[in-house]
Amino acid sequence: MKKKVLLMGKSGSGKTSMRSIIFANYIARDTRRLGATIDVEHSHVRFLGNLVLNLWDCGGQEAFMENYFASQRDNIFRNVEVLIYVFDVESRELEKDMHYYQTCLEAILQNSPSAKIFCLIHKMDLVQEDQRDIVFRDREDDLVRLSKPLQCACFKTSIWDETLYKAWSSIMYQLIPNVQELETNLARFAEIINADEVLLFEKATFLVISHNERRKHKDIHRFEKISNIIKQFKLSCSKVAASFQSMEVRNNCFAAFIEVFTSNTYVMVIMSDTSIPSELTLINIRNARKHFEKLEKLDKNRLNAGRQWRV
Amino acid sequence: MESHEGFGVSVGSMPKAAFSYHGEDDDQIATVLSSDVKPRILLMGLRRSGKSSIQKVVFHKMSPNETLFLESTAKIFKDDVSNNSFINFQIWDIPGQVDFLDTNFDLDMIFGGTGALIFVVDAQDEYIDALTCLHQTVSKAYRVNPQIRFEIFIHKVDGLSDDHKIETQRDISQRANEELHEAGLTDLHLSFYLTSIYDHSIFEAFSKVVQKLIPQLSTLENLLSSYVQNSMVEKAFLFDVVSKIYIATDGSAVDMQSYELCCEMIDVMIDMTCIYGDDESECACEQDSTCIIRLNNSSILYLREITRFLVLVCILRDEAFTKRGIIDYNILCLQKAIHSVFDVRTKLNKPNGVLPVEGMNSIGHLANSTNA
Repeated sequence: MKKKVLLMGKSGSGKTSMRSIIFANYIARDTRRLGATIDVEHSHVRFLGNLVLNLWDCGGQEAFMENYFASQRDNIFRNVEVLIYVFDVESRELEKDMHYYQTCLEAILQNSPSAKIFCLIHKMDLVQEDQRDIVFRDREDDLVRLSKPLQCACFKTSIWDETLYKAWSSIMYQLIPNVQELETNLARFAEIINADEVLLFEKATFLVISHNERRKHKDIHRFEKISNIIKQFKLSCSKVAASFQSMEVRNNCFAAFIEVFTSNTYVMVIMSDTSIPSELTLINIRNARKHFEKLEKLDKNRLNAGRQWRV
Repeated sequence: MESHEGFGVSVGSMPKAAFSYHGEDDDQIATVLSSDVKPRILLMGLRRSGKSSIQKVVFHKMSPNETLFLESTAKIFKDDVSNNSFINFQIWDIPGQVDFLDTNFDLDMIFGGTGALIFVVDAQDEYIDALTCLHQTVSKAYRVNPQIRFEIFIHKVDGLSDDHKIETQRDISQRANEELHEAGLTDLHLSFYLTSIYDHSIFEAFSKVVQKLIPQLSTLENLLSSYVQNSMVEKAFLFDVVSKIYIATDGSAVDMQSYELCCEMIDVMIDMTCIYGDDESECACEQDSTCIIRLNNSSILYLREITRFLVLVCILRDEAFTKRGIIDYNILCLQKAIHSVFDVRTKLNKPNGVLPVEGMNSIGHLANSTNA
């Protein structure tokens, strides 16, 4: 089931860098090497196995943008599931940016009115830390207002910290077809094994796609931090031509387990009862694995049956 | 290794006393290297050569990218890293262009208590001036205190190709040694390292510098070699958690990639502990920290806490890990031995780490996994 995701924004706003970090395992520093995107770059990303994201990274230079709105309009804006529009927070041409954004929205309204819209205010690392919230709120207000009657969700992002993951995680979460069912099952699993918290990560990108919290945790940014931590480690492993299979971190107040779960996911289980031996939790995870694999297969069959449209 | 009474099978457990790290023990170990005066590492070099950045990245977990925002150091900055780190050193960050002719500087005081002098040379810049300054600094320091170890960091090499790096090192070392020879200082020995804050080379170089200043080094190395042989472990490092400097390793060669992987593992462990660990205690190393990472190439990375500051990181194969009970028992013996080594220093205040009889016995108890 292909879902079309459009990634648009002015030239140099950071679209290709973001895409490279999330989907192509670049680290932030590597993105310096990227050149301007010419016309549209297509990539097909397998996400959760049965989802194929058709990512259209549209070059932001003016000539291309004019082209999109003119001759390529229908082709580009038809069958869009998600539009991600990237704004460079340091841009000196705010009016022009807004103008292009609105033109995109018009095209969306005509061709794919039910598309979900996300606006990323990017390169926030260039703004002074104490100014970031204010600047972001300002932009958010403007964008929400300008986007009417369509609704948009805004995020502040930077490739140098975990805000990038948070934004893309939220976007991906919206694209998962059976997310409610997944969450119910995860909740039951957490209950049975007496875990503090259970997280489900997508294998390739390590974005958090689902989670269940049985015990409140005060750090609301921990998901992004964990994604970042593991991704960094994965990259280091790839330097020695290896990849990690599982991880266990424990001390006398907690135990964390990260294991391969289904063919497309990793699971992380947090236990605060440290008297429970690791082996027990690992056996439980192994047993749950079979159940969740069945769930995934069911979805695949269900989705394949309903498949009708081509991109 | 807790006793699992809940399962109806009574399994004997190790005595509790073996695991509790008394506050006094840690403090003793912390003061072990202080003797009379804390050993000092001086960071010197021209302006903008990268001294403060090195200090921040190695001892204060600063991200290399953030160092771009560090301001020039105005005066001598004495960084006492003893609270969080095993390394009980004072790192003195001396602003570039220290004029020795200025009588405000008490050279005896500065160089007298110094264990190592690290001179940072910016490899991306013209280094003729740096070499002159190096020569002046080193000659003066040697005259005051001939015991100082001189370490030259050829820094900022991340932008250079491998050939260029080797060429630069060769050139700098040749010129520096020639100048010393001409000045008649033939007993002065310089060590050279290629470093960059953007990869692990700076940690590796600092590890070597610090190791030279630890009198118990050979004892620790022997302990680790013994442990490695008896536990079928491929490689073991004794790391200072906060700085990721390894203070000892077993006899086999150090592979940079393995070292880097171990550093990354420590990062993962610390970051996860910061998120999920107990807030009241320190974020760094909690009690009984353990971390196991399995890789798809049948390797396992195993981390165990040794003291509040030190962790043991082992690299071993899947098959060897099936004998985990033995490995854990051996680690326990290793812990006791390491504690003994540092205990001696405190009790007798001797500069060398001669093992007392108890320490030797602990080693004798190391179970051999090949026989089990």
